[in-house]
Amino acid sequence: MVSLTDYQGNIPAWCPGCGNYSILRAFKEALVELNIAPHEFTIVSGIGQAGKFPHYLRCNTFNGLHGRTLPVATGIRLANHKMLVIAVAGDGDCYGEGGNHLIHAIRRNIGVKLFVHNNQIYGLTKGQASPTSMEGMFTKNQPFGVLSGQLNPVALAIALDCSFVARGFAGDINHLKLVMKEAINHEGFALLDILQPCVTFNKVNTYDWYRQRVYNIEDEYNPEDRLSAFKKSLEWGDRIPIGIIYINKRQTFEERIPFLKDRPLIDHELFTDKWTDLVKKALDEFF
Amino acid sequence: MDYTIKIGGEAGQGIQTIGDSLAKVFSLFGYYVFTHQEYESRIRGGHNFYQIRFSNRPMAASKSIIDILVCLDKESTKVHKDELSQYGMAVYDLKLTKESINDERFLNIPLLDMAEKFGKNKIMVNTVAIGAVLGMLNFPQEIFLSILQKTLGKKGDEVVQLNINSFVAGYEFAKKECLRCAFTITSHGKPKMLIGVNESIGMGAITSGCKFYSAYPMTPSTGIMLFLASKAEKYNILVEQAEDEIAAINMAIGASFAGVRSMTGTSGGGFALMVEGLSLAAMTETPIVIALAQRPAPATGLPTKTEQADLLFAIHAGHGEFPRVIFAPGSPDQAFYLTNKAFDISQKYQIPVFILTDQYLSDSQWTIDEIDIKGYKHTQYRIRGEKLESIREYKRHLFTENGVSVFGIPGTSTRLIVTDSDEHDEEGHITEDPDIRTKMVNKRFHRKWPSIKSEMGPPYFYGDNDPDIVIVGWGSTYGVIKDSIDILSKNKKIAMMHFSELYPLPDAEDYIKILKKAKKTICVENNASGQFARLIKTETGFEFNSAINRYDGRPFYSDLLARSINGIID
Repeated sequence: MVSLTDYQGNIPAWCPGCGNYSILRAFKEALVELNIAPHEFTIVSGIGQAGKFPHYLRCNTFNGLHGRTLPVATGIRLANHKMLVIAVAGDGDCYGEGGNHLIHAIRRNIGVKLFVHNNQIYGLTKGQASPTSMEGMFTKNQPFGVLSGQLNPVALAIALDCSFVARGFAGDINHLKLVMKEAINHEGFALLDILQPCVTFNKVNTYDWYRQRVYNIEDEYNPEDRLSAFKKSLEWGDRIPIGIIYINKRQTFEERIPFLKDRPLIDHELFTDKWTDLVKKALDEFF
Repeated sequence: MDYTIKIGGEAGQGIQTIGDSLAKVFSLFGYYVFTHQEYESRIRGGHNFYQIRFSNRPMAASKSIIDILVCLDKESTKVHKDELSQYGMAVYDLKLTKESINDERFLNIPLLDMAEKFGKNKIMVNTVAIGAVLGMLNFPQEIFLSILQKTLGKKGDEVVQLNINSFVAGYEFAKKECLRCAFTITSHGKPKMLIGVNESIGMGAITSGCKFYSAYPMTPSTGIMLFLASKAEKYNILVEQAEDEIAAINMAIGASFAGVRSMTGTSGGGFALMVEGLSLAAMTETPIVIALAQRPAPATGLPTKTEQADLLFAIHAGHGEFPRVIFAPGSPDQAFYLTNKAFDISQKYQIPVFILTDQYLSDSQWTIDEIDIKGYKHTQYRIRGEKLESIREYKRHLFTENGVSVFGIPGTSTRLIVTDSDEHDEEGHITEDPDIRTKMVNKRFHRKWPSIKSEMGPPYFYGDNDPDIVIVGWGSTYGVIKDSIDILSKNKKIAMMHFSELYPLPDAEDYIKILKKAKKTICVENNASGQFARLIKTETGFEFNSAINRYDGRPFYSDLLARSINGIID
């Protein structure tokens, strides 16, 4: 059995009170409850405070470039689709720098679970607006307030028919853990947007601000109805829904590749005798 | 015997079909064949051509003089007229060119009418044209007829028969009407393989165990992806068309980290987007092979033309300092061999390796007798499972004597594989410690570099053993320089020196000695600033005393290059 101590990593360098601590705790607990050992999955992270996440755990890790978590995660998943692949990114990382990759990962329905630590601000570079910052919010870099509209990642994902879309809140660890487990167990691509207070740079979207607004989606809500999901995704302001917002169980990218049916790409032999014969035959095609 | 056929016309007229079929016929007959193409960046219209040279003697480039010109449009009858050799002949169809030509070298053949009459379809005009060319040459019909049967058999007897009728009609017409035709078909060898350089790189990748190729379509590199996609099912190679070049290289890096040999391919502008990813591969010591097919730039440049102007870009691309290897093959067999070597070296030293080509080379086709994969390296450097488990304290970036650390495959044992684009410690975790930083730079670069350098093969030397004149080139100019040497060596002590293993430069002692001894050293490059000459000067101090540079987007032709060389040395 896996226990929490198996996941003891380096000491985090996040600010005291940072929402990332709760996300880390919820994630470790989810893994223990799912009995997933550190070597059984890979985390791909980008750059930003969220990018440091896997260093504070123990697991296979690829901490790549800013914005490029999803392409790396896609490559890993295609090479070994028997392994759980989790991409961890921030809102600037995934919704700003890497926006194009998000669109196409959703289209592919590659079996990668994407956890976005969405604090609606740039933390690592000290307080500039992010794509999810609310319109009008003042920062040192946005002297007239944020002029662009706020990106709604949940609505965007549903519009693209993402196969799993959920929202969590770092202030509700138990709920977050449950949603993480659902995302991990989901077959295709899963987007989990996590509302995460930044205690240092975001003075608008604080713990209190979120607590007054978030509510658990009703039990009778049907996440498989796309239109009501889209309606749900547009709720923002006085009330912000958290939980599983949309599920569309469609075929994954990996399932559609014939030669991945019986084994992952890493288990395809490289240089056997049979392979040499194949190559000889292939060369004959040039005659 | 050494003939050149040129087929000119608009995009979409089937120039490629005619050219490919004729090239195939000549190679199966046992001739040496070289083809190259020039096309515009459009799907219909414009002016394109396909040039085929065939001979019973080995050769490796195009000439500027043509013997048979097939004009599918009016433009061809004008722009290529002066390229006809003394006994050259051109065919055209009045219905296509709309202008009759009063020149005894031009033969009007009703290609369209015959296509409709004998093939019951205008589309058969290509088959009629192939027939006409072979008829003018008085070339045996059997090979083409068997190709028709092989490629069209699936479509039913009627389709085959209509094609045969069209071919024979074109053949007989040209044979009867071309009174000036005096081509002689001489003896030939055994059937040869006809292979393009993009295909050769693709096949080289497959035979080197590549399992993952992600790229974004970009001329002239797309052919590699198309070839691999056509072989995906057969060889279980996963080809993914990424959303952009940034995704392409990052996916390939991800797949490589996870345990499969992976590759990407692009051209200048696309590679500009990949540069950050290149640096990522270097920092995380993740092996990757990059095919970089050059075309004229800056920016979009001449998208379908040729140039060798990204050499120094490839050498210097990427922020920070890290090792890399650059190969620039000059022929399909070199491309095949160097692709294997690229995979081996990138895996062995966990570094990025480039295969640098250009449009002229990528789209060219050559005959070769056979490809022998026996001497190729097929070493599996990655470890997994029990073997990985048996390493007590596994560290992905362990400091070692030669800088290379064991690279385990994640998920196959309980050992964790950790890496970071940030500077990292031996385990792969983020650090800012100055001592670790220095040690890591040494590990990644200084410790690996001497062994990497020792892997580089010497330049190819051809011609006089004690030359007065040395013609130096790299990559795609291999064939054209070799042909020029054949033209010039009759009365001169001349030799060629061709580099296909470019960076780091192979040990300089031997070749610099030859260069220093020669009276005239000429560096031939398809670029404006002489990038290779600069590289040689920077790395060895040697300066060539002349240069021939072409940068109009067009390749060198052997007869013209020989003339330029003559102009310098006489």
